[in-house]
Amino acid sequence: MVSLAVDIAGVRLRNPTMLASGILGISGKLLRKVARAGAGAVVTKSVSLHPRPGYRNPTIIEVDCGFINAMGLPNPGVDYFMKEVVIAKEGDVPVIASVVGERVEEFVEVALKLEAAGVDALELNVSCPHAGAGLIGQNAELTYEVVEAVKQKVKIPVFVKLTPNVTDITEIAKAAANAGADAITAINTVRAMRIDIETGKPILSNVFGGLSGPAIKPIAIRCGYEIYRVVDVPIVGVGGICKWQDVVEFLMAGASAVQIGSGIIKGLSIFSEITEGLKCFLEKRGYEDINCIVGLAHRV
Amino acid sequence: MKEAYDVKSIFFSRGGLEKPKAGQFFMIWIPGIDEVPMSVSFIGENELGITVKKVGEATAALHSLSVGDKIGVRGPFGNGFTLSDGDVLIVGGGIGIAPLYPLIMDLLNTTDSITVVLAAKNNKMLIFLDKISNILRSECDSLVVVTDDGSAGLRGLASDIAAKLIEEKSYDHIYMCGPEIMMRKIFNKAEEKGIEVQACLERYMKCGIGLCGSCCIGEYLVCKDGPVFNSEILRKLKDEFGVFKRDSSGLPIEFSS
Repeated sequence: MVSLAVDIAGVRLRNPTMLASGILGISGKLLRKVARAGAGAVVTKSVSLHPRPGYRNPTIIEVDCGFINAMGLPNPGVDYFMKEVVIAKEGDVPVIASVVGERVEEFVEVALKLEAAGVDALELNVSCPHAGAGLIGQNAELTYEVVEAVKQKVKIPVFVKLTPNVTDITEIAKAAANAGADAITAINTVRAMRIDIETGKPILSNVFGGLSGPAIKPIAIRCGYEIYRVVDVPIVGVGGICKWQDVVEFLMAGASAVQIGSGIIKGLSIFSEITEGLKCFLEKRGYEDINCIVGLAHRV
Repeated sequence: MKEAYDVKSIFFSRGGLEKPKAGQFFMIWIPGIDEVPMSVSFIGENELGITVKKVGEATAALHSLSVGDKIGVRGPFGNGFTLSDGDVLIVGGGIGIAPLYPLIMDLLNTTDSITVVLAAKNNKMLIFLDKISNILRSECDSLVVVTDDGSAGLRGLASDIAAKLIEEKSYDHIYMCGPEIMMRKIFNKAEEKGIEVQACLERYMKCGIGLCGSCCIGEYLVCKDGPVFNSEILRKLKDEFGVFKRDSSGLPIEFSS
């Protein structure tokens, strides 16, 4: 029997698939449902100190190989969200809370409340490509500052989610790791836009959004591969995963686990289909443990 | 087409869109303003229609469109109604009659009888009265008009009138759309009598395609698992159906009667 279990900075996952932040994670019941559908862990929507209604619609538009979204980080605020965390925990898999803030102090305050609510780990969203907080992740010093401040206050593991919208993602990854990040999640969406040719108007109300889906998978693979070479902390790969072969590719690039976002468009069965596919692949190749293929592309 | 002082129907060509089923909806983009979910209320081979009550900026913008103006349309989305046979009761409260109108057209071919409860606050807000009386089969169908203030038809609440009808006659199936408290009361009554219902629900919607979760009710998404929910699912939603919805941030807002 092959083992699919992975350990990300002390967070034990029965398999390497997680629900990505921003997808469904607005309520405890939805997160619980995803956990019960087979995800190894679930990540909440990014939670801020105060409720955020998000941008006006249209907030998402389909493109050839994915979606462009500019939701505007809608969430009910941390005080209310703590109740949803309790329900999410009933899914019996680790619950990772995505944290967003306008200022360093806000990241810390939200992080402490979510830790108190019982989440298993935090994921700092310093990389939203269409909101102010996304600028943090484009600057190594600011990233260092936020990560260090949160790490000084909380005891649970802290992941940092990075943006690909930078010249050199390894600089930001190194800053996060040096500040004490326990894991790096890569990548957030790629800054993008779409224009309606009938009216000449940009479709998203925010004009710019973030591209997700199969279109960005090769970028995410490249980022994971680059980050693996410069930091020692585990990497969580995300970007365009639709099938088990994609997960194998991310792991070989250096990720220890992965997140699935847009891929759930075809249904939550994607989690069990991927874990089945991974098991067959590992068995066929004679691997007993999925961790054997992490970073394989760097060793062959 | 004007339906009431604050309600208009808007028609657009189907173009490359898939032909919708009654109960399905489109995401309607008014360039530069907003994008909102709208149930289909007219289903033709080449032409589709939505019926819009003026409630906010987006719906006001839809009301101010002229013939030939452009809107963006995504969809059809959602599950739509499932057709049944036998004797059916249809309850439409206010603008809730819109998605039920194409359903009635379909049910004319599958049912023995249709009883329509058409309800509104007052006679000025009553819509689709002529359209529905024109299509019902005179030999077997009936139309019951209800207004809160009695300015047209019976005076009272749609939920009370429907409950009385359910008590008096054994319907095989109930379809409804309208204020959620009304639907919850009718559902409770139908449960007592063991009658299956389908209720068309509404929640704040962003993506429309099952990704963002903002239209959640319990473990379900109104955009993908709904907007039509049957009794089996409604039984699992007793803590939320007719109790609370969420605003665009995800905070619960209780329904008030």
